[in-house]
Formats: sequence, structure tokens, C-alpha cells
Amino acid sequence: MSLDRPLTRNVRADKSPTDMAAYEANGGYQGLRAAMGKLSPGDCLQIIKDSNLRGRGGAGFPTGMKWSFVPMENVSTGHKYLICNADEMEPGAFKDRLLLECDPHQLIEGMILSAYTIQADVAYIFIRAEYLLAADLLRQAIADCHAKGYLGKNILGSDFSLEMHVHPSAGRYICGEETALISALEGKRANPRAKPPFPQVSGLWGRPTIVNNVETLCNIHHIIERGADWFQSLGLTEDAGTKMYGVSGRVKNPGCWELPIGTPIREILENYAGGMEDGYKMRGFLPGGGSTDFLVEEHLDLAMDYDTIGKAGSRMGTGTMIILDDKTCPVGFVKNLVEFFAQESCGFCTPCRDGLPWSAQVLDDLERGRGRPEDLETLARQVSFIGAMGNTHCALAPGAMEPLASGLKYFRDDFERHISEGGCSFHTGGVS
Amino acid sequence: MSELIPALSEAEIAAIDAELSHVPVPAGAAIDALKIVQAHRGWISDESLNAIAKHLGMSAAELDGIATFYTLIFRRPVGEKVILLCNSVTCWMKGCDALQQTITEQLGIGMGETTTDNKYTLLPMTCLGACDKAPVMMVGDDLHEEITAQSLQALFSNAGSGGET
Amino acid sequence: MPVIHIDGQEYEVEAGQNILQACLSLGLDLPYFCWHPAMGSIGACRQCAVVQYLNPEDNRGRIVMGCMTPVMDGAIFSLNGDKASEFRRTIVESLMLNHPHDCPVCAEGGECHLQDMTVMVGHRDRQYRGKKNTHRNQYLGPLIHHEMNRCITCYRCTRFYNDYAGGTDLAAMAAHDHTYFGRHEEGVLQSEFAGNLVEVCPTGVFTDKSLMKGYTRKWDLQSAPSVCTGCAVGCNTLPGERYGKLKRVHNRFNAEVNGYFLCDRGRFGAAFVNSEKSLEYPGLRGEDGRFNALDHHSALMHMVHACHAEEGKNKVAGIGSPRASVEANYLLRLLVGAENFAPGFSDREQPLIELALALQQDSPALIPDIQTIESADAILILGEDLTNTAPRIALALRQSVRNKAYELAAELRLEAWQDAAIRNLAQDQRSPLFIASVADSRLDDIAEDRVALAPDDIARLGFAVAKLIGGENISELEPELQARAQAIATALQNAQRPLIISGTGCGNAAVMQAAAQIAQALCQAHNRAMLALAVPEANSLGQAMLTGPGAQSLAQLSKRAAAGKLDTLIILENDLYRRGPKASIDALLANVANVIVLDTLDNATLSASSLALPAASFAESEGTLVSMEGRAQRYYPVFVPRQERRASWIWLLAVMKESEREEVSELHSFDDITRACASDIPALSGITGAAPDAHFRNAGLKIPRQTHRYSGRTAMRADVSVHEPKQPVDEESPLAFSMEGLNRSQPGSLLPFVWAPGWNSNQSLHKFQSEVGGHLKGGTAGARLLLPATGTSASTATQPDATLAPSAPQQPGQWQMVPRYKIFGSDELSVHSPAIAELVDPGFIEISSDDARALGVNDGEGLVLNKPDNASQGELLTIAVATLEVRLNDSIAVGCAGYSVGLAGTEDIIAADKLVLSKADNWKRHKPQIIGSDGGGSTGGDHV
Ligand SMILES: Cc1cc2nc3c(=O)[nH]c(=O)nc-3n(C[C@H](O)[C@H](O)[C@H](O)COP(=O)(O)O)c2cc1C
Ligand code: SF4
Ligand code: FES
Repeated sequence: MSLDRPLTRNVRADKSPTDMAAYEANGGYQGLRAAMGKLSPGDCLQIIKDSNLRGRGGAGFPTGMKWSFVPMENVSTGHKYLICNADEMEPGAFKDRLLLECDPHQLIEGMILSAYTIQADVAYIFIRAEYLLAADLLRQAIADCHAKGYLGKNILGSDFSLEMHVHPSAGRYICGEETALISALEGKRANPRAKPPFPQVSGLWGRPTIVNNVETLCNIHHIIERGADWFQSLGLTEDAGTKMYGVSGRVKNPGCWELPIGTPIREILENYAGGMEDGYKMRGFLPGGGSTDFLVEEHLDLAMDYDTIGKAGSRMGTGTMIILDDKTCPVGFVKNLVEFFAQESCGFCTPCRDGLPWSAQVLDDLERGRGRPEDLETLARQVSFIGAMGNTHCALAPGAMEPLASGLKYFRDDFERHISEGGCSFHTGGVS
Repeated sequence: MSELIPALSEAEIAAIDAELSHVPVPAGAAIDALKIVQAHRGWISDESLNAIAKHLGMSAAELDGIATFYTLIFRRPVGEKVILLCNSVTCWMKGCDALQQTITEQLGIGMGETTTDNKYTLLPMTCLGACDKAPVMMVGDDLHEEITAQSLQALFSNAGSGGET
Repeated sequence: MPVIHIDGQEYEVEAGQNILQACLSLGLDLPYFCWHPAMGSIGACRQCAVVQYLNPEDNRGRIVMGCMTPVMDGAIFSLNGDKASEFRRTIVESLMLNHPHDCPVCAEGGECHLQDMTVMVGHRDRQYRGKKNTHRNQYLGPLIHHEMNRCITCYRCTRFYNDYAGGTDLAAMAAHDHTYFGRHEEGVLQSEFAGNLVEVCPTGVFTDKSLMKGYTRKWDLQSAPSVCTGCAVGCNTLPGERYGKLKRVHNRFNAEVNGYFLCDRGRFGAAFVNSEKSLEYPGLRGEDGRFNALDHHSALMHMVHACHAEEGKNKVAGIGSPRASVEANYLLRLLVGAENFAPGFSDREQPLIELALALQQDSPALIPDIQTIESADAILILGEDLTNTAPRIALALRQSVRNKAYELAAELRLEAWQDAAIRNLAQDQRSPLFIASVADSRLDDIAEDRVALAPDDIARLGFAVAKLIGGENISELEPELQARAQAIATALQNAQRPLIISGTGCGNAAVMQAAAQIAQALCQAHNRAMLALAVPEANSLGQAMLTGPGAQSLAQLSKRAAAGKLDTLIILENDLYRRGPKASIDALLANVANVIVLDTLDNATLSASSLALPAASFAESEGTLVSMEGRAQRYYPVFVPRQERRASWIWLLAVMKESEREEVSELHSFDDITRACASDIPALSGITGAAPDAHFRNAGLKIPRQTHRYSGRTAMRADVSVHEPKQPVDEESPLAFSMEGLNRSQPGSLLPFVWAPGWNSNQSLHKFQSEVGGHLKGGTAGARLLLPATGTSASTATQPDATLAPSAPQQPGQWQMVPRYKIFGSDELSVHSPAIAELVDPGFIEISSDDARALGVNDGEGLVLNKPDNASQGELLTIAVATLEVRLNDSIAVGCAGYSVGLAGTEDIIAADKLVLSKADNWKRHKPQIIGSDGGGSTGGDHV
């Protein structure tokens, strides 16, 4: 069990946190002890590359490849940074919270090894403001690590040193975007930055920086300890490892589970989430959080991995699904999301700053019975205006258009009915 | 600035200075400093803003640009506890609008308002990362999950009513 | 050069550019907002979108931002395809969601980049049905009006104000479509360069408050190429006139001098020409001591009479002016004779300015223009408060220190236009800038090290640096200064392009000599060094060139006058009461029977004259000025002078003609005078190159001062007559007071305004540039008169072998007076601009809080400044020189007290004087100033 569910092996039924003693008792920091002194940073990098670990923050970028862009020579002057992205503000996402609150040491051990691999000397955990418990646990865990010699100067007698700090955010979804996060960590307005240059060469305070998601980093020490082949063997499809999957909405048992990557969607929905609540039928779902495209009934048997979901026209994103049921208005659903993104736009680039409120305004008109036939055309125009990568400065706005674009495709009738019937006939949010 | 109420207390300054050791330039601790002062005072007044800016060697305008960017830095007074009611998609599906109505009836405050006894301020909040427990809200530092009209009743039973913007 | 394909056409483009630059340079119209030629790209507005294709087979392509995409050989783009055009149209439509439809009442209307871009992309019909967001506007001081609802969030304002100009009190606030650009509270914008917001903002958020009073649209402004008279930097300006009033000043691009930006003294100070103090008729003092108006001919005859030299004895003298043109000064000198001509400097200044000229003439170092200053990679400032004495140079230095960032960027192969990326990369790493000055300055925030020293000590530090570079020993110096000198010397030696800046600003010759020695030492060490010396006024250097060393000083003239050897004194555009203690000027004027003053505004000297002649201001006359870098530049009348005002050169030429003076028999026109001066005065031989002469024609036509949309020429005078009078004819220049003519590709010195089809805003400038951001097609305005001296032999001016040993300690109880210049207030004329006047403080004296405690005074109280009376040998006898408000400033050098140069009450203080200070009794604290510019009926915030 512990071998095929590495991320949650310390997660207890009551969700109480695992402290240093319990973590070590279950084999914690053995990977770190084994690696320090035996493996070179280059060895570690090779293992991560071989493992085919893909970033769990949403984009699924191969972690080893990302790390390999960090300059390793001639960077003696100045710091290199590792940042854990624990901002988790995507609507519908709640997987990192579980990892943070139940097993903070797993993240820290992963971060120490990651920092070692890229030879970072300072690490930050950028955590969303509301995760107060997790932030406290992490601070305690960091202090405990210092006491044990896992953090600080010359870790476990090696010549590798690392300081780690917890930085709670002050709000704003855009802080999760890695370059905006860097701006926020620098104490500035969280405007994203243009790439190139990539953070790997010019990131926090202009220095080489790696940003990884909580779940990504939680995998690291397991992979280094048990090897790339073991990790590859965990996945059911091409993708390697396990994945934290979650389901929210009108299902019987909403929640979050670690499953082999590539587990079929239907299995997650039925075996783990318990199927739809009585009296509700599923109309569609966002597979990976609020910025992913709708999938529908016909996609239920697909494997939940990066490429399969991508081919189906959506993204695996965070792996946390949001279910649209038959008593919820799809137009309202999309409107809620678009309003969220409009409000969370940093305000830097025009299509996002002004285009999203414009889309939200049209959707609001539809909901309030002020829709006009040409509005669907306006929305489609907005999708192509805002929705393509490169049209905007960062990926927030294109993500925001995904539920709208796919909503227009799968639930066009509902949109049209809002216009022809002069408003919304759903009573979303009725208490069951 | 009143001399009786120092713009920054010793405790605040000590906490800010501790953060300064984590960043290469003082302005890098701007957000931490704002959060520290807000934790002590509930919000960031103009006096606090000026004092923090001075302490960090940055301009008040620059710091205000930062303070006003982030949703959880309050540049206006708030009640003793801030109610952050999640209104993102799962909570919306699960009835956050109705819950807001209930809170408004119970506490006599709408969104953005503070009760007259200064106990609560109600604010909308984006997804709180607890969608499996929707609908959720935070009251002060505590997360409340799977809230219902009944649980709200219990939570605010001894709160006064009547509101003020 | 890379070849790129745009809409099927092949183009050769400059390597290292981005596609937006490339398109604009090729003459292709690609709309943009956030990009700025001087500030680079950030990719915020998304207006400059083009479609890029991966290869010839790719027929979908993807949208990229022109300003963020480097040109690469073989790259394929579409600018005009549907996808790109549609995207750009939607951007404007989005920007217009919240933009008010207030063009008719907007001060930007008619020169609004947003209007231009809206037309360019073809957006017409609005689809958005929602409400517009609205904002509150702020009171930002007397110069700038704020109208936030017009904002399109391009971030240009904060990028200019903070990133480029180092301001700190303007910021982007809030987020998403609530983003707001303003101060954290209402109040006067603190940057000396705030006025550039007017030109940098692509719409009407920041507009010129003075222009709004008595508003005129750009197309109705008559304008001509001009040069700022605010200081010696010589920024190129475009003043605009309507109804005989100067309405506003815009920047006139000069790649080598001011680029795209002016300081606020230059932009808002020129309005002095509208002052009620301006003289319109000649005045002759009558028996009763009052002036009686004369027509210009009678005035002329009075002057001719007064100047008539009596047989054998020459009893006429002239005092020229460092703020008057080379030509007027030249004629006055001709009129009175070189031996009777004083350049019009103060006695303290004269040797300093002569020295500044000599040092630069002799220096093997490069005398840099501002563009070259921006290339400096290590800088030492000795004793000059540039923000207040040569503001545009201070702005340039903020760019110089970024060279470190560009070096780092080059390692990552980032082009210089990648503005945000480079700032993020370099953070606060800067090229070294060292400042040794008498007190703090506005450049301290970018300095690697700054030290406050008394002027003599600044010089000692400088000499020490020079010696170190020359490999000499400096052990006489105090250890702390030694360490500083060592650090500075090392940084300068390690630099590729070190720059030493000093000037007359701290009133100390040795400081400038030290600067020159360092530059020389660097040159000997095979470093390409630069030396820049600031001088006080628009033509200070030209004046020193005109007279050469050893010209008559005011003191010498005073002596002659006191000895009864002067009958007539002609004073050209010079208020002598700003040049010396009142008592001595009073005495000089009292000792001369005929005091003839030519000037623009009434002043104390003019009031003391017997004959006053109204001189046309810079905006109503032509002339040449020589800037601190030795650049001769021509300015032209923007409008015809009112009433009996005449350019000084015209008055003076007329007097000489009436007197049938041989020297002027061949001189008829302005150009004749310039040529005569150039051939007479070797140092000024290059001035004819400053601009083409009056015969120049652009494709056979004159150059119009009026835009082709200039309207209402008949209506303007309809209350007088419906017949439009003939437009005045300008015989002295190639410019016409007319809409007719050709404004295209002419020499840069003749650019009267910028406009191009579809480009009504100042962004049309790129149509006049050889490449966007580059030199003007017609060449850069101005002729450089100072060329680096060949050979590295030490010059005589630099030579005095300075001792590094500390000078004798100062007498206890005495303070050395060190000048503190104020951009708003120290200059004579700009304070007569109503907007600037609001920013001028009463005179003050700056002392440290320790000194204040010792003297028993607090901030805001008064101090009497006393001169120890030498006659009374150590007794407590003193003469009060001034009584001033105390300002505490702990950055001031020990033993020094700073006095506000040029501000009321400081007239009699002389730099380097050692004065005794004592608390003033019965001092009335100055009340906080109430700013009146927005009083009543304004649309601004709710302040007084
Ligand atoms: C608008 C936006 C918000 C994001 N929010 C998060 C987030 O909360 N947590 C996260 O890990 N990644 C988030 N990302 C993705 C990050 O930019 C980045 O790709 C990720 O942290 C990289 O980690 P990984 O390689 O481990 O996946 C966000 C991206 C965008 C565009
Ligand atoms: S898409 Fe543009 S405005 Fe939106 S969050 Fe990203 S950078 Fe900011
Ligand atoms: S000009 Fe290119 S994005 Fe603004």
C-alpha cells in the first residue's frame, strides 16, 4: 500500500498532521540521508528526468527538463532559489491542502532534495493566505528540520546548505502563476513577467529560480529513494506516478484521493466520489479545475492523464474535477468562473483586464434575461480574442476562456434558451 | 500621526525585522510587513502605511500600490472577525448565495459591511480550497465547512444585528 | 542585416530590433500604446499584435506582440491580415469599454494617441452594453491635471515616472479593471520631470494644467523650433502660441540633447513670457522719476544720443547677459567695444565660468552630449546638484547607471528594449555613481556612495582620485577620504566609459579643476573618459566664448563708474541685482548718468534705468545659445512680438546703424550678424552651423509654423475686422507664419511641430526620424563648438598642484555658505510662470540639527546671517546679510550652511562667504502655502 500510494502513506483517516517523530518512524528523511553524500546533484537530476515526472501544478511540464535549464556552472556569485507553489487558488482545487496539512515533512524532504539537485541555497514556500494551519505546520517542520540538521548549514555534514522560509500570500489567484508568484515574493504587485527570460535563468531577484507545485515536490524524495523505474511503474498509462485526484459538486462523496495516474474518470467518479447525489444527473465536468474545458458523458471512460485529457479537448490541470449537474445552470456556472477570473486578473494586459469583464457582463445579461441573439457571437469572439496563448501576457486569461469556449460547445442550447426565454430557468444552489 | 498611538509598535517592528532577514532588500518584505501590522491592528491605516513605508525605505505610494493590489490587505477598518464567504463555483452550486442572504438577515450586514458592534465584516472570497466540503467560509482564522442555514444560526446566535458600511 | 517578410514583402531591417520598431522604421503603421521608444517594451497593451508564421507552409500563424518579438532573419509576419487586424480592433474596443466619450472637452483631443489608434484600427461601433467604471481624480499640483477615467492602463506613466525618472510618489494601485494610477494621497507630484507625463500618456489622463486655462487645440497652436532658456543644458523645445500668448511647451526631439524628455522648469517655466511684468513700450525716466512711454523710434534716438562717444573719451560701457543670445551680446560688445564690455556674470561666477570653458577647451577628455552621458558606465559627480542646476542631465544619469543592467542582459541575450525583463534581472544592481557634494541630492538613491563635504574638501577628494589614477601617493589625506578616493579611482579605472561631472554649482574653482584632472588622468591611462561641467545659464558658455578670458567684470566697471569714467551703461537682458550685493549694484547704477536697459520683464535693474527698452523674449525672437556642452543652437520666434517689443539684436543693430557705425554697414539681417560674429570670434566660428540660414527652402518652400488644420484665422480677429490681415512675413528665417510650406525631412533645427497623416499626437515623431527612436531625418540640431583637445599634455587651467592636506580649520562660530539650487526658484525668469510660482518657496538656510541646537533655533524659525566686519578685528561687529527661515538638513557638510540660491532674501549672500549665524528675534514663521491653482470650480479633487 505505502509503495503504490507514496504521497498519502502518512495521511491518517482523521487528517491529523504527521509530525517529525511519526514521519521519521515511517522511514522519513531516509531518502535524504541516503542521497546526501552518495548522489551528486547531477545524479539526482538524471533520476528525476528518467522518472518522467510531470509538474502537478497544472501545465504538466516535465520536471527534470525544467530543472535542467538551471545554470550549474559559473553561478558562484549570488543565490539560486527553489520555490514551492502552494498558492492553490484555482476554483475546484483542494489537493495541495491535503498534502500540506497531513504530511508537511514529505514536502520539506522533497524540497531539500530538489534544492540539492539544482544547488539552490534558499527555498521559499509560497502558501496562500488562508492555509493558516498548513503554514503553522510547515514552520514547525522547518524548525524541527533545523534541529535535526536537515536544514541550515552543511546539511547532514555535507557541504550543501539550505535555508527555507514560509511566505504566506496576501491573496489573489494570479500569485499562483509562477512569474507573478516571483513578483509577489519580491514584495511587489503580482504582475506576471514576460518569458523569456525564464525563471530558471532570471527569476526571484533576478537569480536562477525553480517554481514547482506542492504535489510535484512531494514526489521527489520517493523517486530519488526508489528510483525512476519504480515511479514509472506506478502509472497506468504513459504518464508516471500517482496523482492526487479530487471531485467536488453534487457527488455523494466529494473528496481527494491519491490514485495511479491514468485511472479512468468513471472509476474516480463512481468508486471514489460515490457517484452523483440522488436526484442529480451529471451533465459535464471540468477535469482539472476552473480553467479547464468541459468534458461530458462520452469522456467518462477516458484515462485521467495529461495526454488523454488533452486529446479530448481539455486539460488535466490540477486533477480536481468540478461536476456540473443537471439542476445547475451551465450559463451561471460559466459566469461564476468568468467573473472569478475577471476579478482575479492582475490588470496588466488589455484582453484579460477588459475582455474578461466584458465576457462576464454578457453572461450576466444572459442570466438576467437581457441577452440578445448577437451575444453568442460576441462570446465566441471573446473566446478567440482572449483564449489563445500569446494573445495575453500570461496564461490566466486563456484558462479563463476554457469553460466558456467548451460551455458554448456542449451547452449551446442552454445559452440559446437564456436568450429566447429571456433569462435563467434554473434554481442553482437550491439546498438539497 | 498621533504620538499616543505609535504608528508601529515594538512588537510589530520586531516581527517585520525578522522578515527582513529573509529578503535581500527591505522592500522585499513589504507584503509581510503589511500582514504583520494588519494582524496587530486589523487593517492598514494611512498612518500605518506611511510608517511601514518609512521603515522599509520605500515610498508610501509604492507601498499603497502593493497594499491595494492584494485582496487580503484591508485599507479600511474591518470588524474583529472577517467573514470570508466562498463564492466560487462549487460553493455557488451548493448555495452560497442563499447563505449570504442568511448571514445578511442574521447579522444585518451586506457584502463589504461591518456590524454596528464591530464584531464582523462580511466579504466575498474566491475558492477557499475546500470544495469537497462546500459550501465553506472562514470566520477569522477558522474554516467552517459544509455550512448550512442551521450551522450559521448556531455560529452567529449571540451576535447582535444591525449594520453599517 | 536580417531580412523579414511582412505581408509577402521582403524587408531588410536593423538587427536587434523588435518587430514593432522594425515596422515603424519601415514606415508601416502598426498601432501601439505601452511601448515607448525611450522606455522599451513590456507587452502590456497587446495593441501591436501581428501574426507570425512558423514557416512558409504555416497558414494559420499565431498572434505575437510586435514589441516583444525580436526580428530574426527569415521570419514571416502578417500585419494586415484579418486575424491581426481583427485582434487589434478588438483591443481598442476593449480599451474603450470604460473610456469616456469626452473627446470634445478633453485637453488631449486632436493630439490623442488613443484617438489616432482608434481610427487606425477601424473600431467604430460599440458592442459593450455595460456601465463604465469611473474613478476619482486627484489634485496633483499646479502643473498636471488628472482625469483617471480616460486611463487605458498602458503603464507608461508609472514606467516613466518611477522606472525612468526615479520618482516615488506615483504608483499603480488596485488590480484588474480597477487599476488606478495616482498618488497614495492627493498632493503635488514630487518629481522634477512630472511634466513629461503629459506627453508620455497616450490619452488625456495627465494633461498640462496651464494649457487648460485658455485652452487651444494642438492644430491651432503656432509653433517654432526653440531652445529652453531654463538652464545651460539647452533642451530643444516646441513652444506653442495662440492669441499672442505662449500656451504650452512640448519636447522637441534631439537625439543628442534631450531625447524625448524635458524637466518641469523648461516645460512650465517658459510661461514667463506671458507675464504681466513684460514690457511692451520703451520708457524714458522723466524729471519726476517716473517712466514715460515712447514710440520705438524716439527711444532709439535717445539711445543713439546717449551712446554717442565724445571726442577721444569713450565713456560708454555695456553689460551683456548669459541669458541673452550670442548675437545680441555680440552686437552690444561691438557697440561699446570689447574693452568696455562685461559679460554680465557676477564677480564670483565670472572666473568660474571662464575656467569651465578653459578646462573643457583644454581637456583631452570627450565633452559628452546627453546621449553620450547615458553611455557612461562609471560616474563621479563633484559638487554639482544636477537635478537643480542641469536637470535633464540628472535624468540622463538615471539611464547611465542602468548600463550595468544592460551588461547583465547581454549575457542572457536580452535586447535593450526588453525593459521589464532587464529590470527584473538587474534589480538594484547599477553602474557605479559616486557623489561628493555639499549635501544630499535627488540622485542619492542611485549612488553607490555619496559623501557630504565642504567645497574645498570635495576638491581635495577629487585631486586625490586624480593622483591615484596617475599612480601617485595620497597619504596626506585623512584615512576615510583615502578609502573613498581609492574606491572611486578603482571604479573609474575599471570602467570603459567613465564620466566626471562637476560645474560652477558649488562656487569653487578647485572642484572643477579636480574634475578636469581626473578626466585627464583617465585619458592618460588610456581610458575613454568624459568630462562635463555645468554652468548656470542658457548662454553662459557662449558668453565666455565671446569675451575670452579676462573680460571686464562688474567690479571693474563699478570702479570706473565710481571714478566718474562712465556716462552711459547699456545693460542687456540682465537683472544686475541678481549678480551682486544690492549696495554695490546701487552704487554702480547711481554713478552712471544714462542707464539703458533692454529687457523682457520688469525687474529691479530695469526700474533703476533711465531708459528702458522692451526686448522680445526667446519666444518672439531668434538667436543662438551655446549650451554647457558647447552646442550652438538656434531658436526662432514662435510669434511676432507685441507692441514695441523688438529682439535685442534689432534694437542694437538699429542704434549702430543710426550712429552710422562702420562695423555694421554690411550687416542687415540676423544671419549677417551670426556670420560676422563667427568670423570675428574664433571660439564661436561654428555658430553658423547651428541651423540653416534664412535662404533655406524645403523643396522650394518655407517651413510652416502653423499646422495645415490651423483654424479661425479670420474668426480670431472678427471683433476687429472680418478681413484677415496679411500674415507677418519672417525675413530672418526659413520659417513662415503660415500654414503653407513643407514640414518634412528638413534639418532638425527647423522642426516646428510634429504631425503626419493618421498620427496627430506627438507619436508622429517617428515619421520624422531616420529610424524609430533614432536621429531626425534632417540631422541632429545644433553645432558642437567644443571638440576634445588632441594630445594629453596637461593643460594650464587644470594645473595647480593641489595640496591634499586639510586646510586650516574654520573659525568656530562661522559657517561657510554653500549654494543650494532649486529647480523651481533659483532661475530668474521661470519663477514668473504662474504655475512654477506656486512651487517656489521663500528663501531658506539649511543647517544640521546639531548646529541648530547650538544656535538655539528650530526648523521654521529665523536666522540672521551676519558678515564679520573685517575692519573691526575680532570684535563682535557684524553686518547683517540676510534673515532666513531655518531648514534642518542633517546631510549638510560639517561647518557649512546651505542657502537657497536665487530665492527671495538670499540676494546678498555670496558662495563661500563665512558668516556668523544668530537666532532672529521676532521671526514670523512662514505659513504653509495654500496652493491656489485649483481654487474653485475645478474638476479635480476636493482640496483647497
Ligand atoms: C493563473 C495561474 C494560476 C496558477 N496557479 C497555480 C497554483 O495555485 N499552484 C500551482 O502549483 N501552480 C499554479 N499555476 C501554474 C504555475 O504557473 C506553474 O506552472 C507551476 O507552479 C509549476 O509547477 P509544476 O511544474 O510543479 O507543475 C498557475 C498558473 C496560472 C497561469
Ligand atoms: S492575462 Fe494579462 S491581465 Fe490577465 S492576469 Fe495574465 S498578465 Fe494579468
Ligand atoms: S505596444 Fe506592444 S504590447 Fe503594448
